[in-house]
Formats: sequence, structure tokens, C-alpha cells
Amino acid sequence: MFCLPFVAIFAVFMLTPIGGSFAMSFTDITSRDLQSPLAVDFVGLDQYASLLTDRRFLTSLSVTGLFVVIGIPVTIITALALAVGLNTGRGRIVTVLRVGYYAPAVTSIVAVSVAWKYILQPDGLLNAALGVFGIPGVNWLNDPVWALPSLIMLAVWRNVGTLMVIFLAGLQSIPRDLLEAATVDGAGAWRRFYSITLPMLRPTILLGAVLISVGYLQFFEEAFVMTGGGPLDRTLSVAFYTYQQFGVGQYGRASAASYILFLLVALLSLLQFRLLRTKE
Amino acid sequence: MTLTAPRSRASDTASPRRDRRRPRARTLVTTVLVVGLIVWIIPFAWMLLGSLKTQGEILRRPPTFWPEQVTGQNYVTWFAELDFSKFFLNSVIVATVTVIGNLLFCSMVGYALAKMRFPGKRLLFGLVMLTLMVPGVVTFVPLFVQTAQLGLLDTYAALVLPFLTGPVGVFLMRQFISDIPDELLEAARIDGASELRLFTRVVLPLCGPALATLAILTFLASWNNFLWPLVVSQSADLYTLPIALSLYSTGQHSTNYGLLLAGSVLVIAPILVLFAFLQRWFIQGIATTGLK
Repeated sequence: MFCLPFVAIFAVFMLTPIGGSFAMSFTDITSRDLQSPLAVDFVGLDQYASLLTDRRFLTSLSVTGLFVVIGIPVTIITALALAVGLNTGRGRIVTVLRVGYYAPAVTSIVAVSVAWKYILQPDGLLNAALGVFGIPGVNWLNDPVWALPSLIMLAVWRNVGTLMVIFLAGLQSIPRDLLEAATVDGAGAWRRFYSITLPMLRPTILLGAVLISVGYLQFFEEAFVMTGGGPLDRTLSVAFYTYQQFGVGQYGRASAASYILFLLVALLSLLQFRLLRTKE
Repeated sequence: MTLTAPRSRASDTASPRRDRRRPRARTLVTTVLVVGLIVWIIPFAWMLLGSLKTQGEILRRPPTFWPEQVTGQNYVTWFAELDFSKFFLNSVIVATVTVIGNLLFCSMVGYALAKMRFPGKRLLFGLVMLTLMVPGVVTFVPLFVQTAQLGLLDTYAALVLPFLTGPVGVFLMRQFISDIPDELLEAARIDGASELRLFTRVVLPLCGPALATLAILTFLASWNNFLWPLVVSQSADLYTLPIALSLYSTGQHSTNYGLLLAGSVLVIAPILVLFAFLQRWFIQGIATTGLK
């Protein structure tokens, strides 16, 4: 009885679509088949096969890969530095700093994208600031080289807060006695960080890495609101590709692409949980 | 994984000796963090400053920092010409219904999964855990097809129904309720309380912190939700704030930066105010669930 409302909603809006997507990925369903969805043809693995030969899909894989490979270490290192710094502070200023650094994480991507686009314009604030130091600016969002780094910058800005809070919680669970004992034994700040803090924080860091990489693998909204996947598909992520295929009515192909993404997310999660377990 | 009420930071109780030893290093670190924060919140500051500039000033190059002539015209336009209050109301309605649904349904099934025995319990929990991993884009296409076939496109139902409950909330509530001692429930059962009474009078009152976390996470997700409402709402009557802002920013107002920045401020301000008041609960929620 207690499960009934949940099970009903869960079955209709979660399990059915997951199954539906799986089934659709083996058919040639398009938006024109909406009237008679059961009349579509079963095409086996054709959708998957054609994806793997589609140059744009392969581009989207490499864009997503690059986003993850660059974005994750930058996010983790920034968050770790902030957490360690905040952990040494005392008093109200710490609360203010924590709230401030975390604030971007609670904001709407659409709203912040307006401000970021304005800042990243060729004659915007960032280039003006760079100009003060004599650094020539670039056309951040329309340059094939700089568009993806711009989106990574935005993603880091919005995700560091979450990781920072998780790391802070981890740091605060490290026993003070341990650090004090090391200080008494003559260990300096760096030594304490490398020999005590970092090893003890490892499970937390791995957990954070899992969370953030699952999110980054699915990156979509940043590109959707900032660049529209361009220029020259340089910010076309797998999720964005899926959305575009949906947009042109290629439902079968979109489903197949989404399942490839699902597979990648699942593999990454399993890998990282395996790592987490062996390290503990 | 347990949830506790927010409490003061553990570091507050650190030994005074260490405090005395390294005040200079700490001041240095704090200074660096403060400077970093100023850079960090530039996008917000720039958004607010830009929203107060006139169209002429905002287009000037190089950009002015402080508005030379502060104007509220951009905000006036949102309220007077662009029907801001309707979009705001839509956002509030959708978020409120979503939060209520999640609090109710997630705690119910969380209770069942944590404390009751029934056939299929393991299967249900397994499915919940599995769906935690499924990317949103997987369900997106069939969900749209399904919504279209149910004739729900362009209705409030389409905006709300798929989000009324979710695996994250169920997981959160189950974990929390698992920590409630069985003896407490047994005692109430012996006193003759029905399961429903047990749930509403014993379990729910003990779930305060978890419910607060869930309410905040759900409200935030709903308020900022973008892609789904964009796709299913076709008439302006249903637009939530991010949708309205997004459509204006790609439509006829796409170069009116002052107006768009004012819109951004209006979308973000309620959440930031809420966050400022409830920051401990926000942060506690993230730290304990690792989710947002």
C-alpha cells in the first residue's frame, strides 16, 4: 500500500521509458511512426552499427571524452584546494566563503549562461581583463579551439562547490589527534598533507570523482545554452547528438546513442566503485 | 550513510594550541580565498551591474564597470511587457507540487523498503538503485513519445508527473528511515497503532532532516529544470522562468543584454535568497547524499 503511488509513477515514467528506449534502439522508428508505433521494423543492431560509422557520432564521443578528461582533474584539484583552505580557517568568514564558492551550484544554467555569454563575447569582460595584462583575447565561444575549454570553465565553476562540500565533510572526519601527533613528530604542513590528509581522504575523493564524471559524461546543457554544439561540432557531446537525432525525428537512432552513453556511464561507475573497494 | 541535523563545524573544537601556532599562515590562506571568491562571483556581479545599465551603455566598448546611470527599466519591462509574474507563478506551482509529491511518495516507499516485509521488496530496491545510474537522456525520447500519446503535451501534468518521485529521494528516505530503531516501531505496534498511524505519527516526525534535504534538492531541481519543460510546453501560458528566459534570449530580444541579464537576476535571486537562509541544510544535504 505504501509503495503503490511510487510504483505507479516509477513504472510509467521511469521503467517504461527505459525499456521503451531499449526496444526502440533495435527498430527504425521515426517521428512519423508515432501514430502506429507497433508497426515499425525490427532492424537488429543496425542503428548501433550505423552510429559507429557516423563521423558526427564519433566526434561527439571524442568531445565528451575530452570534456571528461580535462574537466574532472581540474574540478577535483580546485575543489580539493578550496576544501583544504577552508578547513584551516575559523569563524564566520568560513561560512561566507563556503556559501560564496558553492553559490554557482544552485543557479539555473539558463540564467548563468546569459551572464557567461556576455562575459565571453569577443569584446566582453574576460577579453578586456586579459587586455589589461597585454594578453590578446580570443573569440571564446566561436573559436573551434576555445569553445570546449570555455564550456569546461563554466562546468568547473558550477560543479566545484558540490565537490568542495563533499571534501570538506571528508576532511572534518580526519581525526585531529593524528595531525597533531604528526606535528609533534616534526612533520611540516606539506608532509602532513601528503602522508595523512590525502591518503585518508582517498575514498572521499574517489566518491567525488564518480559523481562528477557521471555528470560530465552526460554533459549537454552547457553546450545547449552556450554554443548549440558548434562551432564545427567542437562542443557536440553524445547527449547533444542524441537530442539532435530526437529533434530530427530519428527516435531509433537517438535511443541507440543514448544506450551507448548509458553503457559508458555504467562502465565508469563500476570501474570507480571497484577502485573504491580495493583502496579501502 | 546517515543524516543528522546541521551542527557546528567539527573544526570549531580544535585545540587552541594549534590555533596559536599558525595564525599567520591561516590569515594568508583566508586572504587568498577571499580574493579568489571575488573573482569567483564576478559572473553574478556582472549580471547584476549589467541589468542596471541602459541599452546604450551596455553596448559601449570598452565596457563600463559601474553603471553610469542606474536604470530599473529592464526590470520594469519584465513585469510590464513580458509577463514575468506568470512565468514566476508557473515555476512556483510546478516546484511546489513536485516537492509535495516527492516528500509524500518517497517517504512512503522509503518506509516500506526500510521497515516492512513484502514480496518483491528486493527487486524494487534493486530497480531503484539501477535507475540511479541511468542517464536522463535515455528516458527522454520515449518519455516524450509517451507523453504525446497520452495527449499530455502542453499541460501542467506533463511538467509535473514525471518528477513527482524519483530514485534519489527514495534512496535518501530509505537510508534515513533504516536508522530509526525497530524497538520504537515495535512499541507503537504493541500499543495498537496501525501502519498508517505509525507512519504519520512516529516515522515522519523523526524524518525532519531528511525531508528538509529532500525538499531542498527537489525544489532546486524543479526550479532549474530546463530541457524537459522546454520540449513539452508549447504555449507561453506554461513557460517556467528558465524556459521564458531561454526563448527570449534566442528570440527577438537576443541582443538586448540588459533585459536578458535582468531576467537572469530574476531567475537566480529567489534561489540565492533561499540558499542564503537555508545554506546549512543545502550543504548538509549535498555532503550526506553527494547528490544535487
